Amino acid sequence: MIEIEKVNKWFGSYHALVDISESVGKGEVVVVCGPSGSGKSTLIRTLNRLEPIRSGRILIDCHDIHRPGLDINAFRSRIGFVFQQFNLFPHLDVLGNCTLAPIRLRGLKPAEARERALALLDRVGLVHKAHAYPAELSGGQQQRVAIARALAMQPPLMLFDEPTSALDPEMVGEVLAVMRDLARDGMTMVCVTHEMGFAREVADRVIFMDEGRVLERATPDAFFNSPQHPRAQQFLSDIRSPFAGAPG
Amino acid sequence: MLPNRAARQSCMPDFDPALVLAGPYHDLLVSGLKLSLQLLAITFVLSLPLATIVALLRLSPLRALRWFGCAYVESIRNVPLLAHMLFWYFGAPELYPESVKHWLYAMNIEAISAVIALTLYTSAFMSEDIRSGIRAVPAVQFEAGRAMGFGFLATMRLVILPQATRVTVPPLISQTLNLWKGTSIATVIGVSELMYQAAQVESASFRSFEAFVFATLAYLSVSLLITGAASWYQHRYPVRPT
Repeated sequence: MIEIEKVNKWFGSYHALVDISESVGKGEVVVVCGPSGSGKSTLIRTLNRLEPIRSGRILIDCHDIHRPGLDINAFRSRIGFVFQQFNLFPHLDVLGNCTLAPIRLRGLKPAEARERALALLDRVGLVHKAHAYPAELSGGQQQRVAIARALAMQPPLMLFDEPTSALDPEMVGEVLAVMRDLARDGMTMVCVTHEMGFAREVADRVIFMDEGRVLERATPDAFFNSPQHPRAQQFLSDIRSPFAGAPG
Repeated sequence: MLPNRAARQSCMPDFDPALVLAGPYHDLLVSGLKLSLQLLAITFVLSLPLATIVALLRLSPLRALRWFGCAYVESIRNVPLLAHMLFWYFGAPELYPESVKHWLYAMNIEAISAVIALTLYTSAFMSEDIRSGIRAVPAVQFEAGRAMGFGFLATMRLVILPQATRVTVPPLISQTLNLWKGTSIATVIGVSELMYQAAQVESASFRSFEAFVFATLAYLSVSLLITGAASWYQHRYPVRPT
């Protein structure tokens, strides 16, 4: 479904992605992890062209999405993207957020879009908040709405860019539960996340990145139990006992 | 010979509101008020979209468009409204083709020139307010719109502008008040708006106090109505935090 071929990206003189080649099959759930600044968010943002690339190719369903002249808007509408900061539209209520794109881009009738949105809100457990505004929701609720909003376009592929990193700890679980449910339904997903429990339970594959390179790719079991690369070993021990290496 | 001011005051009767509340002077003042309101309404309706376009030019990814927008704003807002008024009435028509000139002179050329001057002037100021309103919307909102598959203009229209409008209303109101007061400048090119008619009434009746009190109260009342409409809008469409 996704073919990443020798992708390079630079921010000025900083080499943010170095010769990345990966592929993600249909129905696969891939977790991308790594220390901050490792390029994992940059990588996922190149997958729907929120970031341009310098060289290489990214094929999604055999279409080169960085090819000039591609109708990028049509393409993006078939890829769900969930941001770290939710980015709901604050001037629209929950239902308005979930029906905007289906009505405007898919030409759904408002009643149809509403019905579809309510079904999705039911699925993420927020149908009772359909008329609330984003500012009235907790972070976890906003992120679940953001997922429902993306799903309303019925995308065959969902990208998650650290979907739980901005959440208070007690709200992480509700968002992960929704993502787990999606994965079980066979959705193709690429998730940048530090939630190792989620990766272990749901992912088909874990990709470990550092300094713009993919250093390790493995099944969750292999990655968590016997990481090969020293950077990966260091990373896992850091996130397991965050105070171990701290001074004082 | 006109009597001098002291003589006029000594032989004038006391303040007589009836004079401007009914009769021919009243009709003159009311017709002036109507024309002033028309100038306000037409200019407002033209300025707002023009200002939005200029603001978008200044935020466009293309350098040439940004430059054009910037040139528009700077060249217009740094010249007094009076100069715009005189230019569009006396200066610009010289350059028009013959057919346009004929058409203009058959119409109310004073009012049309005033609308052109007021529209250009007001939209230059409004575009700056709209631009800062757009910039107040977090950039990630734009990104979220694009990521869903909306193009640049659709994202602007559906996501950014509705949020920007809400923070832009207070400064736009003050521009609208300036516009409303600015319509009085049109008197210098002979547009028979409220100020012009007040001066007519004054010179015909020597009732300067009544005439100008009428004008003052009319300007004040309309200004307060505009302010009232703004608070209604802000109550109806509150700024919602992200």
